Amino acid sequence: MTQLRVAGRTRIADGPAAAVLRVLIPVVLALVVGGMVLWALGKNPLDYYGYVIERGLMRRSGLQETFTRMAPLLLIAAGLIVAFRAGIWNLGGDGQFLLAAVISAALAPVLIGVLPRAATLVLCMAAGALVGALWSLLPAMLKARYGVNEIVTTLMMSFLGVSLSNVLIKLAFFDPDTTVPQTRSLPVDERLPRLFGTTVHGGVLIAVVVLVLVHLLMTRTAFGLKLQVLGANRAAAIHAGERVGRLTVLAFVLSAGLIGLAGAVEVLGVWGTVRADWNPAYGLLVVPLVFLARLNGYAVIGFTLFFSALMVGGESAAHRVGVPQNYVLVLVSLLLIFLALVEYLDQSRRKRQAA
Amino acid sequence: MNALLTEPFLVSLLYGAVTAGVPLLLAGLGEQMSEKAGVLNVGIEGMMLFGAYAGFVAAWYAGSFWLGFLAGAIGGAAVAFIVLLLCIRRGLNQIVVGIAVTMGFQGLTSLLHFVQFSRTYPRLAAAPVLALPGLSRIPILGKGLFDHSPLVYLSVLLVIALTWVYRATYLGLSLEAAGNKPSALDAAGVDVIRTRSFAVLCTGFLAGLGGAYMAIVGAGLFVPFMTGGAGFIGIVLAMLARGRPVWVLVGAALFGVSLAMTTALQVAGLNVPTDVVQMLPFAAVMVVLVLFARHSMLPPALGLPYVRGER
Repeated sequence: MTQLRVAGRTRIADGPAAAVLRVLIPVVLALVVGGMVLWALGKNPLDYYGYVIERGLMRRSGLQETFTRMAPLLLIAAGLIVAFRAGIWNLGGDGQFLLAAVISAALAPVLIGVLPRAATLVLCMAAGALVGALWSLLPAMLKARYGVNEIVTTLMMSFLGVSLSNVLIKLAFFDPDTTVPQTRSLPVDERLPRLFGTTVHGGVLIAVVVLVLVHLLMTRTAFGLKLQVLGANRAAAIHAGERVGRLTVLAFVLSAGLIGLAGAVEVLGVWGTVRADWNPAYGLLVVPLVFLARLNGYAVIGFTLFFSALMVGGESAAHRVGVPQNYVLVLVSLLLIFLALVEYLDQSRRKRQAA
Repeated sequence: MNALLTEPFLVSLLYGAVTAGVPLLLAGLGEQMSEKAGVLNVGIEGMMLFGAYAGFVAAWYAGSFWLGFLAGAIGGAAVAFIVLLLCIRRGLNQIVVGIAVTMGFQGLTSLLHFVQFSRTYPRLAAAPVLALPGLSRIPILGKGLFDHSPLVYLSVLLVIALTWVYRATYLGLSLEAAGNKPSALDAAGVDVIRTRSFAVLCTGFLAGLGGAYMAIVGAGLFVPFMTGGAGFIGIVLAMLARGRPVWVLVGAALFGVSLAMTTALQVAGLNVPTDVVQMLPFAAVMVVLVLFARHSMLPPALGLPYVRGER
């Protein structure tokens, strides 16, 4: 089986200025080229960017929305960091996220009847993480045992998970009092507590803490180092006497569990229910952020803030400036390509210098 | 149960299976060629989507279905050209670029559609069909299988053609070598970069054609995100087919039937939740993977850029 390598794991020695440049250049290039696309379509890019910044970062309500949006993205990023550092392509995030969201949404209104609020919320988050982890078990075992390509298996399980979530909502967990099939709603007062009198819920705090813990786990512990070795060179990990199969399964389960937690937090914090056919499809969207941050947990926080503001601003720009929100996808894609290009040019310059 | 064996149900099932299966077949065949040559083409979803958009727009403004198909194929190849430049010429990570291409063209096509048509979805006239003489008279099978757009028959012929190319030509051998041992191909005097470039362009061409078929024949209109994961299914089909075009056909037929099942069941007057039926092909693939996992096989150089003289 081919070892697929993830970009951007190289540790860079030359100073913080160069590191900042390596991130800034792709961002600026993406914004400029993206602006040119807008301009070519007859829109004023400055209006658009100005509006997005104003709406997503400057206004109080916008900023609160931006912070709220960060919670699921940060947790998914934490999950992807674990997988990518271990050299595993977990592209099944959507299924893991959605199934976990549905299960925790179905559990919450039931548990709240018998348990106090805190216990309900904790149990539902645990259930979400568990469901996400379980949904990755089959790809994990297939990869560990037989080396079956996890891109195929996680994608398959993702499609399955999305459909299964809809089946569960429509056939098992639907609320008989609503016309559109959805799970029974968790009352607003029983959801994750709001922070300091804002609309931002506590899940954001959980997400930041978890992300930092994951970062420390991956960079400061023996377990994290083992996963890194596995990701960098599978043969070396075997040679070093690691139980590679077990490590693979653990990395998978941890990754998918974190993505499941993201689903639970989004439901318990924001929606209180899951509607049929709801799928925010964050699974692939977070991938570029994680790469941009070079799999570094602290850097991810900054990029997620940037990206959440872009999403929140971009959504209302659809009405105001007449640019559909899907334009954000174009920006993210440009960002990813320029990031890879800058990295490539940097490496070939390094090689030339070494030669 | 008798309701399931009526003629309208079977005809609608077969007809729908072909309509849903052909884009998957084209995408799968295209992806297969890339993978054979050692390129994991994750951007195929973007190629299909741009093909769908370009095909629809050309068919809409030019009023010609064949121009639409051509534009779709060229559109797909144009997207493939980006992958070619970045991944094959420059050796950037194929999965990263693939994800970028898919997201970028999801955004770009919906942006272009919005600028041109705002929130309306104009519909094309029904695409012309070619009823195969004789065969189309067979009861049930005739209406279901042999009364389609000519592109359908061409794509089945393509399966045979590609089988021959892979088995009996130098081109097929070169493609395989580019994925198995690119340095050997290089030593034999064949340009690895050029071989892989050719494969990737063909992939884009076929994926774009599949997307155009979806828009022009399948739906008759363009909707943003309309390919809905068909490209990813193509990737899976190619990986499961282990280099044999005929298995892509089998897989596409399996997916096509289960995608068509829900519509056909509604024709038969039964209301089975769409989502349950939609799970079937994915579940089938997982079962196949679990059962035959030991024999899974991909080209050793898949996903690795070729740099002469390295390793």
